[in-house]
Amino acid sequence: MLTRLANPARFMRLSGTVLPPLALATVVVLAIGLYLALFVAPPDYQQGESVRIMFVHVPAAWMALFAYLVVAVASAVALVWRHPLAEIAAQAAAPLGAAFTFVCLVSGSLWGKPMWGTWWAWDARMTSVLVLFFLYLGYMALVNAFDDMSRGARAGSVLALVGVVNLPIIKFSVDWWNTLHQADSVFRMGGPTIDPSMLWPLLIMGLGYLLLFKTLLLVRMRTALNEAKARALRLAAPQRLSTAPPLPEPEPVLR
Amino acid sequence: MTPYLRLFRREVRLAFRQGGEIGLALGFFVLAVVLFPLGVGPEAEILRRIGAGIVWVAALLAAVLSLDRLFAADHADGGLDLLALSAMPLEGAVVAKCAAHWATTGLPLAILSPLLGLLVGLDARSIALLAVGLLLGTPALSLLGAIAAALTLGARRPGVLSSLIVLPLYLPVLIFGAGAVEAGIAGGGARPHLLLLGAFSLGALPLAPIAAAAALRQALD
Repeated sequence: MLTRLANPARFMRLSGTVLPPLALATVVVLAIGLYLALFVAPPDYQQGESVRIMFVHVPAAWMALFAYLVVAVASAVALVWRHPLAEIAAQAAAPLGAAFTFVCLVSGSLWGKPMWGTWWAWDARMTSVLVLFFLYLGYMALVNAFDDMSRGARAGSVLALVGVVNLPIIKFSVDWWNTLHQADSVFRMGGPTIDPSMLWPLLIMGLGYLLLFKTLLLVRMRTALNEAKARALRLAAPQRLSTAPPLPEPEPVLR
Repeated sequence: MTPYLRLFRREVRLAFRQGGEIGLALGFFVLAVVLFPLGVGPEAEILRRIGAGIVWVAALLAAVLSLDRLFAADHADGGLDLLALSAMPLEGAVVAKCAAHWATTGLPLAILSPLLGLLVGLDARSIALLAVGLLLGTPALSLLGAIAAALTLGARRPGVLSSLIVLPLYLPVLIFGAGAVEAGIAGGGARPHLLLLGAFSLGALPLAPIAAAAALRQALD
């Protein structure tokens, strides 16, 4: 599977067929999830209507972690097997993860103001998510800091693997340090403690976010491949100019 | 052991001979700490409250500032290629270089810290905790810094980039280092904080050189 997908042309073909249904599913699931979260789910007995922020915040936090896991696994694959698409996948996933982390931080802050009475607290989980955001930024800055793009990609891979230490810290920070942020209520030993009427919209939103991530990841990977192709064509063009007058049209970018 | 010791001695000697690089980091350290009383006002109460944090932040920044000394010069003159070709494993060379870096930045910072503790009005016990914390924590700064220094070899603006990469990784050291002094002031035990600091440095000792050596090999490709 991994080696079959290593051929960029085959990847473009496959992803081209997968992408439209995937995008459609994303829209449908997110629409259902948002409807359930904003209109059907009951207001919380303590938090009132503000609990609806949770349906945006929690899946964003899941995806922030998941996207980093994708970056890290893709980086490991790139370092070990020199898989040509793995580096592209890692680089495509990083800005998405940073965006999810940003959404998570902002929505958490908007929720925290009415609930905790503060926009921000230096609580263990919030701080570690903020560190995750900086890890994403550092990764993206490092990847783009070299004139030789492949050197940037490999340096980024090592950094992504170093940053993995932060993932368990974020996941378990609320259990280890009993600070402001509430403990996990969905993925915990002994089943979720959240009420089913809120759990289902939350899970559907989570699925919607996951689909959104996959759609955008494929779009970004395809764009990166097309850009690489366009760059190669541009580099090859002057040589053709110098040889023969009837110029063949440059190959159309892969679809 | 001898090649590592020889590399260590070479690094230390270079640090001493190359135009006061140690003095530069220490000067920055002192100046950064001195800026705070001028910025937040000289009230002794406030300064005592945030003094340990100030000294720790300044130590972190001074360590970041000196990171480019680790590999950049050797990368530029080809010494790094020779190190990679030598019989000594690159990981071991990284450890020797980190040890030398620590001996010429972390150690002097820790030795100088009691003086700065006095400047920000810490009491004797807090000063002792500060110095011990710096002694235990600064090896991790050098080791983690080696990863960033190796990753940014040959990058555009490596200094800014390596600080962006490495400062998030330094956070635990800062938290437990300043936390030790704070716990001491609050009357609680500073021991767990110091133990965690030591554990962090010990954990970085085998792991960070592996990552740094991997990054170096890529830089030399």
